[in-house]
Formats: sequence, structure tokens, C-alpha cells
Amino acid sequence: MLDEAVPATPLGGPPPAPPPPRPWRTRLYRWDLKASPYLYVAPFFACFLAFGLFPLIYTGWVSLHSVDLQAPDQMQWRGFDNYTRLLHDDLFRNALRNTLTIGVLSTVPQLLMALGLAHLLNYRLRGRGFFRIAMLAPYATSIAAATLVFSLLFGRDYGMINWLLGQLGLSPVDWEGGTWSSQIALSVIVTWRWTGYNALIYLAAMQAVPHDLYEAAALDGANRWQQFRHVTVPSIRPTILFTVVVSSIGATQLFGEPLLFGGGATGHSGGSAHQYQTLGLYLYDQGWYAFHLGRAAAVAWTMLLILLAIGALNLALARFRRARNGS
Amino acid sequence: MARNPGRRAGARGLTGAGPLTYAVLIVVAVLSLFPLYWTLVGASTSGSRIAQTPPPLLPGGSLWHNLDIAWNQVHMGEALLNSVVVAGCVTASTVLFATLAGFAFAKLPFRGRNALLSLVVATMTVPAQLSVIPLYQIMAELHWTDRLQSVILPNLVAAFGVFFMRQFLSEALPVELVEAARVDGASSLRILWSVVLPIARPGMAVLGMLVFVQSWNDFFWPLIALSQSNPTVQVALAGLGGGSYDSDQAVILTGSLLGTAPLLLVFALLGRHVVGGITAGAVKN
Repeated sequence: MLDEAVPATPLGGPPPAPPPPRPWRTRLYRWDLKASPYLYVAPFFACFLAFGLFPLIYTGWVSLHSVDLQAPDQMQWRGFDNYTRLLHDDLFRNALRNTLTIGVLSTVPQLLMALGLAHLLNYRLRGRGFFRIAMLAPYATSIAAATLVFSLLFGRDYGMINWLLGQLGLSPVDWEGGTWSSQIALSVIVTWRWTGYNALIYLAAMQAVPHDLYEAAALDGANRWQQFRHVTVPSIRPTILFTVVVSSIGATQLFGEPLLFGGGATGHSGGSAHQYQTLGLYLYDQGWYAFHLGRAAAVAWTMLLILLAIGALNLALARFRRARNGS
Repeated sequence: MARNPGRRAGARGLTGAGPLTYAVLIVVAVLSLFPLYWTLVGASTSGSRIAQTPPPLLPGGSLWHNLDIAWNQVHMGEALLNSVVVAGCVTASTVLFATLAGFAFAKLPFRGRNALLSLVVATMTVPAQLSVIPLYQIMAELHWTDRLQSVILPNLVAAFGVFFMRQFLSEALPVELVEAARVDGASSLRILWSVVLPIARPGMAVLGMLVFVQSWNDFFWPLIALSQSNPTVQVALAGLGGGSYDSDQAVILTGSLLGTAPLLLVFALLGRHVVGGITAGAVKN
């Protein structure tokens, strides 16, 4: 930076009185220098305030009221009633449990497989470009399209998956009707859409690991598996943490897949016995089918608390690990 | 860095892949592509043929018939047009505003820069469901529900885009270039136009693709804000799957095909750049 460009006084405050001999051009120049960064970030922050921060906080305010969907501008104060009601609501607890189990079923195998795939893709390969694009194709498929297709594949009577099971001599599974079977089927859809995406993220991180680390490990007699465990995984740990956080957020707000999986008008209840109703679906059900926007808002804020808890847990784990490694 | 050709092969890349590696990768590629292939198979057969065992594995001859139903009875054409408008507006505005903010965060010193950047990163983790209720109240108040602006306006710029362009410009734009232009007395706007934008263009292109995919596939808020009378593709698909239309499974699959094909086409043409873009945005955290 030029000497002249370095702000001598705090930015944002009143501009310092320029020495009189300076022409107006210089003054304009200095003003431009100080103000332009704020002008450049202004559109983003205006949009963020209007459509991000304000709705986030206002949702909390709505959650303390009773609001009817058909008269969304009329709010009646209810204090914490919506929250205490949630605590005693079996369907809410059911949705919380389903979100957790589907979340674990869909993220843990997904990320482990992505890690393994990235490792394989990192070998010298023929057709590398083809494999990468093939694995990314599910990412380009929308939730709606993927779920509609998988609903047919998972069909009880004519679905291809049950047909294959039959060819193997196994009895067909009522994928949509059962609790575990439906949650496994939903996890398959999520895993199908995101495994390749995460594999490519891991791959890029792996390619940035310095070669010397592997040479040193090989000199110490580490085999392939030990190199993977003790060199690759620790080196890409920040990336793994990033994908864990992103996947947890995605799992917490799972919505489209369970809504469309049943393929009927009862999508919002998550199956006839609510066997795969997630928190996102429960929010939608409360707000847009039971017409209770206040209760839906309370569900939304509960989700926020869960996300904050996940974030705090990740932070604590990272800190714990650092402290242990440091000592 | 992944882009550095010297290290591109990485440590493992020096070893060739064995047959087992190829076998696993081929299985994964088949599993990734099969549901898409089967969408085409289903969309080209009759609905009664899908509900037979064994299920069809080869395309049939009813594709035009199904497309005709999807186009004229389910109005997939209007839905596609709506999606192009929405995703186009969202992409153009996100790329523009994200580049402006990304440039400021990457290369311009200003007060509160680090704090604001942390805020941008924190914003990326807030899920859409936390804002739909007030947004719905606002849109209902303005009588904008069922209009495209209700799904465009809240997505004019995304924190992810700002962060992406900041990462891109931090690396791609030499600070000396900005300084040299300043010495020459160029205004900020002039620097932005003549120095920053030409260098930012590859990053903007990748970001544009990522935002377009994201916007095209956006589901939760459009489902709430729009209805079947003026849907985007995803809302129309939700209607198809939820039984809003009396349609057979072949038509459902034809709708899925129509909704997915444009993006797959883009991927097939520009796949390498998308791959590069996804990895560039995520690794440097």
C-alpha cells in the first residue's frame, strides 16, 4: 500500500480535515479509498440483515406467540407455552429421534465411504475425469427428482430393489412402511446424493498433503494402511471437520426426501405412523397443515439450539484434541 | 494446493491403481449413474410397464408420449421457464454481489474486516428453515406469495458466494496490481472494472455454476412460497409425487428427467470446472 493510502485515523469516523493546499481530486480519492470497501460489502450485509438475521431473530419472537397461518399478522403472546408443549409432545420427540437416527445412518457411512473413495481416486488412474464426473452426477440431481426415482426403486410390490432381493432368494421389504426400513431407504437417498461430492472434497485435501510426509512414514516402515491412518487422515483433519459440520447441518434440516418418499398426500406426516417424520417435516406439518406458525417457530428455534450444540461439541472436541497433542 | 500442477498427482498418485481399485470405482460409478439411467428408462416406457416384474431395464418407445403429457398437462414447460428465471436472477445477482464483497474482504483494508468475515462464515451455517416463518409473513403481507420475486429476493446473495470469491481473489489477484493502479490514480470503481473483474472471471464462472445448481434444486422455501399454479421445477415435481395430478409413474419419471436433464447437460459440458470449483471452495478452511 502507498503511504498515502494507509489510513492515519480510524476508518468510518469523520474524515480528517485535509490540509488546505490539497485539490478536491485528492480529497475525493481519499474518500473513495475509505468508503469503497464498505460500499462493496454493503449489498451482502443488507441482504443478510433483511433475509437472514432479521428472520432468524424474529422466528424466536414468533415462537413466543400463537399465530394462525391464515392471519399471519395477528400474534397473541403465549410466553414459553409453545416450548413446554413441545416437551410433552410425543410427535415432536418422535421427530427428534428420527432426525437423529436418519442423521447418523446417512452421514457416518457416507463420510467413511467418501474418505475411502477419495483414497482410491488419488491413485494414478485411467479415466480419472470420468470417475469424478460420474460420482458428482447425483449432486446435480435435485432432492425432488432423486426422491421420486428412489421411491419407485424402493417400491414394495414392483420396485427394482425388492425384485433384486427376490432374485437373491430374500423376502421383499416394505421399505416405506417400516420404521428402520424407511429410515435406511431415506439414508440411501441422502448417501447417494452426497458421497461423491464429499469424496471430491477429500480428494482435493489429500492432494495437498506434502509427499515428504509419506516418504518419511515409509522409511519408518509404515505400510499403506498405517500411512493412511497416521499421515493422510491427520493431514486432512480440518477438511474432515468441515464436512462433518456441513453434513450435520444438512441432516438436522432433512426435509424434501421424507416429504416425497411416501409418494402420497400424507408426505408431511412422514408416513402413516410418522415413522420417518423429521424435525423439518414436523415444522412444516405444524405450520402449514395444522396452521400453528408459533409452534412451527418453536420447532425452528429448537433446531437452532441443536445446531449450536453440534457446533459447540465440534469446537470442544477440536480444542480437547489440540490440548492433548500439545501436552 | 490442488491446482498446483507440480503436486497434482499427490503422494498416492505416484502409485498406479490396481484392478481392485478399478473394480470398486466402476461399481461406485455404476451405482451413481444407474438411478439416472433408470429415470430415462422409466420416462420412455408406459406406466403399466414399470409396474411389472422384472422391471424394465432398457428404454422403451413412449418418451414422446410421456413428454407430451408432462409438457401439456403437468405444465413442466412453464415450471422449467420459471426455474430458469429464478435461478438466472439469483445466479447473476449472487455472482455480482459476492465478487464485490469478496474483493473487499480479500484485498481492501478496512475497519472491522475480520469480524465481518467471521460473521459471513457463521452465516453459512444457518439453515433455511430458521427464516421461512417471518419470510412467509412478509411475503403474505406484500401479497407476493405465488410470485417469483418471493423466491428470488431472499436469495440475492449468499454468504457461501462471498466466502468463495474471497478465497479465490486472495490467491488469484496480486495485491501489487491493485497498488499499481492506485499509484496511477485510478478510482476504486475503475480498479474494480479494469483490474479485478478480468482476474475474477474464472472464479465467477465456477461460482455461477454452483449457485445455479443450488438455486435450481432449492426446495423448502419455494414449496412454501409458491403453489402449483406458478411453480418452479422442484415445486412441480413435488406436486407430481404428492398426487396433485392423476399421473402414472412414467409421467413422474418424465418430470424428473426434464427437471434434471438441463443440469446434467451443463455438468457433462463443464464437469471439470465444477469439480475444480467444489474442491476450491472447501479445502482452504
